[in-house]
This record gives sequence, structure tokens and C-alpha cells, in this order.
Amino acid sequence: FKAAVLIQRWYRRYIARLEMRRRCTWSIFQSIEYAGQQDQVKLHDFFSYLVDHFTPSSHNERDFLSCMFTEKRLLKDPEMEKYCDYESIEVPDYYTGPHVSFPLLPDHATALVEAFKQKKQLHARYVVNILHEARNHLIQLPNINRISTCYSEEITVCGDLHGQLDDLIFIFYKNGLPSPERSYVFNGDFVDRGKGSIEILMILFAFMLVYPKEFHLNRGNHEDHIVNLRYGFTKEVMHKYKVHGKKILKMLQEVFCWLPLATLIDGKVLIIHGGISDKTNLELLEKLERHKIISTMKYTKKPEKEKLVEESRSSSPWFPLKSRSVPSSPLRLSPQKGSRSASIPCSFIPNRKEISKRVRKSVQLELEKCRQQVGVSEFKVQEELPLLPPESELDSCDLEGVNYEEWKQVADILWSDPMPQEGCKANTARGEGCYFGPNVTEQMLQRHNLQFLIRSHECKPEGYEFCHNRKVLTIFSASNYYEVGSNRGAYVKLGRDLIPHIVQYQANRATHTLTMRQRISRVEESALRALREKLFAHSSSLLGAFKSYDLDGTNFITLSDWSAAVESVLHLGLPWRVLRPQLVTHTTNNMLEYKSWLNDLAKEQLSHENIQSSLLEVLYRNRSNLETIFRIIDSDHSGLISFDEFRQIWKLFSSHMNIDISDESICDLARSIDFNKDGNIDINEFLEAFRLVEQSYLEDKDSELKTSETSDSSCSSQGIH
Amino acid sequence: MGLQEIQKKIKDAFEVFDHESNDTVDVREIGTIIRSLGCCPSEGELHDLIAEVEEEEPTGYIRLEKFLPMMVKVLLERRYRPIPEDLLLQAFEVLDAAKEGFLTKEELMKYMTEEGEPFTQEEMEEMLSAALDPETNTIQYRDYLAMMVIDEN
Repeated sequence: FKAAVLIQRWYRRYIARLEMRRRCTWSIFQSIEYAGQQDQVKLHDFFSYLVDHFTPSSHNERDFLSCMFTEKRLLKDPEMEKYCDYESIEVPDYYTGPHVSFPLLPDHATALVEAFKQKKQLHARYVVNILHEARNHLIQLPNINRISTCYSEEITVCGDLHGQLDDLIFIFYKNGLPSPERSYVFNGDFVDRGKGSIEILMILFAFMLVYPKEFHLNRGNHEDHIVNLRYGFTKEVMHKYKVHGKKILKMLQEVFCWLPLATLIDGKVLIIHGGISDKTNLELLEKLERHKIISTMKYTKKPEKEKLVEESRSSSPWFPLKSRSVPSSPLRLSPQKGSRSASIPCSFIPNRKEISKRVRKSVQLELEKCRQQVGVSEFKVQEELPLLPPESELDSCDLEGVNYEEWKQVADILWSDPMPQEGCKANTARGEGCYFGPNVTEQMLQRHNLQFLIRSHECKPEGYEFCHNRKVLTIFSASNYYEVGSNRGAYVKLGRDLIPHIVQYQANRATHTLTMRQRISRVEESALRALREKLFAHSSSLLGAFKSYDLDGTNFITLSDWSAAVESVLHLGLPWRVLRPQLVTHTTNNMLEYKSWLNDLAKEQLSHENIQSSLLEVLYRNRSNLETIFRIIDSDHSGLISFDEFRQIWKLFSSHMNIDISDESICDLARSIDFNKDGNIDINEFLEAFRLVEQSYLEDKDSELKTSETSDSSCSSQGIH
Repeated sequence: MGLQEIQKKIKDAFEVFDHESNDTVDVREIGTIIRSLGCCPSEGELHDLIAEVEEEEPTGYIRLEKFLPMMVKVLLERRYRPIPEDLLLQAFEVLDAAKEGFLTKEELMKYMTEEGEPFTQEEMEEMLSAALDPETNTIQYRDYLAMMVIDEN
């Protein structure tokens, strides 16, 4: 007896420690992911800063800025037709991929799945064709899609896929292909992060066209070209479709905005991507014009929004100079104009016309200034400037511009997360939407006579999670999202009784042969690597913090001080004392020699000895923002930006971020990468040269090779009900 | 280790399981927390500890303010120390009646699920997945122990 107890005791402790490690690993991934999303918020702060303070000192610079903000939108149908002229795209004879013709038949859709399983790529012509047809179909759908369990026996709801084609293929394998008897709802976030986003879209749209009554899609926060710029979908498309990628991306904007916002089953189960807020109003949601919301990314601070919307609506294009929506002093208006800096009203991208209006306004102001100097009064100016059509005209042909309330309704639906506490507060982690509590859920359900909500948006270790007294179900279908072995994926089936049945899986055979210990170790390693990188990116701040604990200048600090210092710099809210044994390996008498610890961190990261460590640190810290900015500048998606563009944006970025690096060093580096010396920088080369592109891209290449070997038997499951 | 450091360490571990950020954890996670802090109590000892920190009317949750002082005492008094390797080896040898240097799968399963403080099916399966030598269908406990010890460190 005693022996058995001893062994059991020991073993249970072992397992407990593993469990602790697993939880910590999970926290690491989540906090880094949310820190990344806060980066996005910072990026948008940067843009508002730009617009507020940028003084276009030259024609070029002004053009450059307005170029960044005034992408033309495909407005009218004739223009759309021109874009969708897939007929003109020729498919060469040597093309071995799948062919698609319309009207689309079930066999075509199935053939697509098969072809993608074999790693074939769909020709651009067919991509454009499918997108064109998809848009035509989506336009007919209401904002809230109402479906019923009367038509098909059961409905399967899937969550985020995030470009992980293996998971989609697995779901169809395990649950069966879509059919009149087998309905599917895909709850958004089909793209970004994974490498098979475009293939997933093609499959989903194909089935939607083949089975319009049984196959349904909801929009997620990642069905948004601004988000795509950052999280990889744009990159994927440009990489796979070098010639037609730009066209495809442009069309996608027009397709994403037409995706329905929600699906309602039997009037009882509401499916939305993110969540709800205490203001969510289904009647409003049903009425608004969803296609006017191209992107739900905000970029300005909230408090001013509501005021500004009213003002901008009432101000005329050549606004009276006393209006508060005048840009700030850099335009050197005379004092009595008393202008206050104002951020641009809410919907940044939807109101692109607003932005161009503002840029034009600043031009107007310059002109006005000149006229003032010449002695012409402001009122006369209004008459003499017929350059811009009156605002009423702009409104009628203006497809942008949804009012703030409507825009917020959609943002809440796509970005919110449930929380255990009662109430409803702003979602600071994501920068959009809110956190909603059980009482908000309860009110929503009662108000609209619903039974429960299904949402996605958050990764869960088991692929699903109930909360709010089982009234909210999170379903997440991208298994191994952070790393192989990090989590399961799941989907939920609903029959006429509307009782949810969950099926879980993990689409990677390798994980099943590993023991729990090995699985956890692998994921843990990946998390720790990411964490060490983050620590490195803050080396200077860390050094400062450590020094403040080492007032005697001994070069040693206690481990306790180490934990406190690290949290004060990184603000990740991680259990540092629990993680410490894995991050700090060499101690003397329980004291850490922090300088050599920092050096060790640096050695792990540096690959170029000629780059100063501080510069690399700066680049690392801002890398995803830098990459996003580069891709925005490269508006024609050519993969190249000019020196000038690069220098300008770096100047602005560094002043905004208070970065203390000389322009010279940046330019030297850039120049050294411009191999063909034509004054252009290949974005990818630049980023890769500093290993700014995530290492996972390289690792994925390796794993791609591995999965292709095991692809036939790759999808075993652990389906549990 | 100073008192403050011990307290911070306990708090950190507690917070990992404090999902609602209100200084409470589900009582079922207490075992994991205690063990991850370096203690190795038996199930019985664990129940006693939980009884000490539970509310008068058990809510299913344990509050940090009750847990902290108890845990500090446990750590300071160095209770429930981990089991030294040689003692573990002896334990395995006791079970190995035939003194062959290994246990069959059936033997281990019987002892672990019927004797002492029995394993659940899940625990048993997990232990077997790492301990079982698939070729011989036996548990070579010496090797197994050696591997696990390396893991710990």
C-alpha cells in the first residue's frame, strides 16, 4: 500500500507541474498575441498623429501622404465589371491546377478540395471568377441571415480557421462535405496567419455558390483589408499571385464587405463572430448598409468621435475657418482662426473620402492663407472655390460614411469578448469592441427571445468553451493555432432540438504519438523563444530597470528584483516567478549577473555583427508595425518602395515613437540592401535581412515538407462528444 | 528566501489559475498549484489542506487571502518534500514481487488503479504512454525513473 501511494504521490506532482507549465505557456502566447493587437492600436495612433501634425513641405510629400490615405474605391458597377474581366486572363496550357466553370456544380467544389489537398494552386482567372460570382450572391443576402433546421437535419457551425487549410479539409473529412442535408455555418476569420487563406476562401465561396441555401458565412474581424495587411493574408496573396494579386486583393475588399454580419438559427440561436455589447440592437443591425463598412479598424481616440461626426456632417467642404475640425497650427494659420487640432472622425477607412477631403482642405487652407495675404475675405473665398462639389452631392454619390452608431454596432459584433464579471466595458486588449458580462448576455437573449449565442474570435485549449451559464459558446476551429500541440480545434452540431454537440480534433498526426510531456515541452519551447525575443527587444529598458535595483553597482541583483523589473518593463502580466527557472539559468548565490544575462539574450538574436544591437532592438520592437507600414506604402503591392518613401516614413515614425536612431544609419542599411542600386528597396529583402519576418515562415517551409509526406494519413481525430 | 519572495511566488502561481481575476481559484486546481510550488502531498494530505482553507460553507472556490498564509507555512516548514529518487526506486522494487527489474503492464495497472490512492483511467493511460516500453509491453522502471528525473531538472 505504502509503495503504491508513494508512486502515485510522486506521479501526481509530476503531472501538476506539467499542467502549470502548460498554463503558463498558454498565458505567454495569449499575452504576446494581445500585445500585438495593441501594436495595431499604436499604429493607428501613429496615423492620426501623421494627419494631425504632418506638414507637407513639398508637393511630393503631400502627394505621398494623400496617396497613403486615399485609395480609390471601386464605386460603381461598371468599374467593378472592368476589374472582374476574368475572361481576359488566359489560362496557359501547362496549368495543371483545377478548372472551374459556371454554373458551379458540386463536383467542381469537391474537385477544388481535392486539388488543394494535393497542394495545387487555383489559377488567378478562376479566383477572380469565383470572387465575382461570390459577390453577386452575397449582395442578395440580408445582414442577418436567417436559417432553419427544418430544411436540413443538422447544422454544423465552425469557428476561426485562420488560413489553416488542413483543419478545413479535416472537418469535411470527419463531418462530411456540405450537401442539402448537411448545412454549414462558418463564423468568420477564414484568413490571416495560416498559409492557406486563399484556398480556404475559394472552397468556402465555391460551396456557398453550389449550396446557397445550406452554406452560410459570417464576417469576422479578419475579413478586412487593413487587418490583412498586418496579419499575413495580403502577403500570401501577393506571393501566390504575382501578376494578378493586386486585382484579387482589390476585389476581396468588395467581397468582404458584403459578407453577412450574423446568422440566426430558428430565430433562437444567434451566431456572430466576436460578441455583443450592451448597445447591440438587432433591428439596427438589420437595417444598416453593411457594405459601406470596408474596415472596422478605428484609428482615432474615442471621446472625440461623436462630437466630430456631427461637426463634420454640418461643415461644408470649404469649411468656415472657425469650425473646430480644422487641422492644427502647422499650417500656420493666423491666430484668430483659432484652430484646434482634431482627429479625423471615426470610420477611418470607410471615410476615405473624408480623409481626402481633409487633405484637400489643408490645400484649401493654404490657398485661403494666400488669399488672406492678398486681402480677399473668407466669405468671398467660399464663392470662389468651386473646386469641391457641395457636400450634399458628395453624400449622395458617397458610398462611404456610415454614421458612428451603426459603425460601432458592427465593430462590437466583430470584436467583442465575453468576460466573467457583470457589465460591459471597452475591450482594451483588442482596441475594438468591448468585454461583455453575463448580464449583458442575459438581457440580449431576453430582448430578442433567443436561447444562446455562438461566437468565435478567441482560441481555446479544447477548441470550445461555454460561459455565462452556458448561454455563450465559443467555438474555435483552428487547431494547433499557436504551435503544434497548443490546442484542439472544434465544431458544433445543432439538430432540431438545438442542443449543441461538440466534436474536437487536432489535425496533425504527430501530436498523437507524443506523450503529454513531449507535447507540452514543444509548445513551451516555442512560447519561451517568443518571450525571449520580446525580452531582447526591450534590452535597454531592462538594463535601466536592473540598474535601479543595483544601486551599489555590484552588477548583481536578486532573483526577486529580476521578476519585479521584468514585469515593470514588459507589462505582460505573466507569472514571472513561475517562469523564472526557465528564463534565468545561471545564478551565483541566488543572485543574477544581469549584464551577462542580457548579453546572452542578444547573442541568441543577433545575426549581423555589423548592426548595432540597439538598432536591431528598435527594429525588433516595432517590426510588425514597420512591416504593416511598408505594405501600406507599397500601395501597388509591387513589393518595392522607393528610397524617398522609405526615408520619409522612417523620419515620421521615429519622431512619433521618440526613437533615437540617426537617419543615417537607417539609410546606410537600406542602401546596402538595395542590391541593384536602382533606388528601390525590396521590402521582403529588407525585413528578412534583419530576420524581422517571423522565423516561423522558414520553419513552416520545413514542416510543409513533412506534412506532405504524412498528408494521406494526417487527419486522425480525437472526436469526443 | 525571504518571506516577501515566498509570498510573491505563491501569488504568481495562484494567479495562473485565477481566471476571473478576483483572487479566487476553483478548488479543483488547488492541488496543481500546491504541487507546482514544490510540495508533494498525498491525496489525503491534500484534502486536509483544502479543508483548512475552504470557506465555512464550501463554495467550490478558494480565496487567496486564506490560501496564502497556509501555503507560506507549508513552505517555511518544508512540509511534503519531494520524494528522493532512491526511495521511489525502492517503492517500485516493492511492487516488483518477482524482482525481475520490470513490471508488466497489468501489474502496474492493478497497483495504480486498485491500491493506495487509485489513479483515474486518464491518469493511468497517461502514465503508461510514457512508461510503457511498447516492444516488451513492460515498464522498465529503472529507465523510466531515470528519464523522469532528468525531466524534472
